[in-house]
Amino acid sequence: MFAISGEEWEVISLSLKVSGVAIGLTLPIAFALAWILARVRFPGKVLLDALVHLPLVLPPVVTGWLLLLAFGNNGPAGRWLAEWFGITFMFRWTGAALAAAVMALPLMVRAMRISIEAVDRRLEDAARTLGASPTRTFFSITLPLAIPGLLAGAVLGFARSIGEFGATITFVSNIPGETRTLPLAIYGALQVPGSEAVVTRLSIIAVALSLLALVASELLARRAGHGRGGHVI
Amino acid sequence: MSFEIAVERRLGDAIICADFTSGAGLTALFGPSGAGKTSILNMVAGLLRPDRGRIAIGGELLFDSAAGIAMPVEARRAGYVFQDGRLFPHKRVRDNLLYGWNRALPANRWMNLDDAVAFLGIGHLLDRWPRTLSGGEAQRVAIGRALLSGPRFLLMDEPLSSLDAARREEIMGVIERLRDELALPILYVSHDRSEVERLAGQVVPVGL
Repeated sequence: MFAISGEEWEVISLSLKVSGVAIGLTLPIAFALAWILARVRFPGKVLLDALVHLPLVLPPVVTGWLLLLAFGNNGPAGRWLAEWFGITFMFRWTGAALAAAVMALPLMVRAMRISIEAVDRRLEDAARTLGASPTRTFFSITLPLAIPGLLAGAVLGFARSIGEFGATITFVSNIPGETRTLPLAIYGALQVPGSEAVVTRLSIIAVALSLLALVASELLARRAGHGRGGHVI
Repeated sequence: MSFEIAVERRLGDAIICADFTSGAGLTALFGPSGAGKTSILNMVAGLLRPDRGRIAIGGELLFDSAAGIAMPVEARRAGYVFQDGRLFPHKRVRDNLLYGWNRALPANRWMNLDDAVAFLGIGHLLDRWPRTLSGGEAQRVAIGRALLSGPRFLLMDEPLSSLDAARREEIMGVIERLRDELALPILYVSHDRSEVERLAGQVVPVGL
């Protein structure tokens, strides 16, 4: 029952690759957005906040369809990326990674924003009076104090992207070896009579991965530097 | 060495203003809570920008709205001791003490870690985390951190207010030695008359 087949290994490693790439590339974008939302005051901030959170509340199918419109072969962003960088998304794992990234972004930004807002700005003032430039203050005070929350946000985003289904299947379909991640493989197996064992195995793996990520995220947040604490979930 | 300060700043409905000159020694900004004493220190430190005015210390211009001069905070060399200590929670006491020292130009350092530790009696605290310190210990470390950054003057914002009577006496002694042994000009905020009478050479009333 627990012998994992080569095909299933492929699903698992593809899932990890898709999510890893998605989160790795989203990390700086999520951090920049979190920073802007936490620290910068500008007109239209509410709108940016809402836009970032949109994938959280939109039906994933709609997100997938919007990605199709924008990043499909005839979409404006898709054509531009193909022409200039040779990056295409249709029916490829890159598309699955893009969908995973977009769906994970709101959660990551939320967690990171909270951790940036939790940094006491008076400590930054103190650093300035001690001779640190704004850049130095950022790297020696703000970032180290926020980093457990930033990592927690990244792990949370990773967990979310492992489970991504609706946007992915709408955007890049269910192609073995390219876009068939864990949830898509489970869904596919459910369509085939007599594959309960496969569904069970893959589901257990999904549960284990998600649980691991959540625990890691919570531990990181709790470690938020020497007992200052804080939850991200 | 002297403070020449003439500043004005609107904060909400209140207008905070100060206009005084003082010589060496300890100058107390004395007045009730909420009168804007801390805001005046923040303007001298560069953390709060005056709407208009002029700040010069020891003849060096830190701020002049008419001339468009506003020296950045990190260049002012103010040793600021905050009311709440503000030790960096992710750094041990030793690294807190050395934070400003590491950033100061060697020529501007006039005290090293050993001197500061001996002066303040904090040798046994060096490897501790700030959260494990008592109020009096934290305030000594905060003073040491300010001194080690090579300041030309000190700003102290009610450094005794969070301490019990015994600790107050102890830190008050430290402040007297800063004033007398190190001959640092000090701008000192307080709303406690006895504290001001004991420490200050000159008193500037704020909001009275």
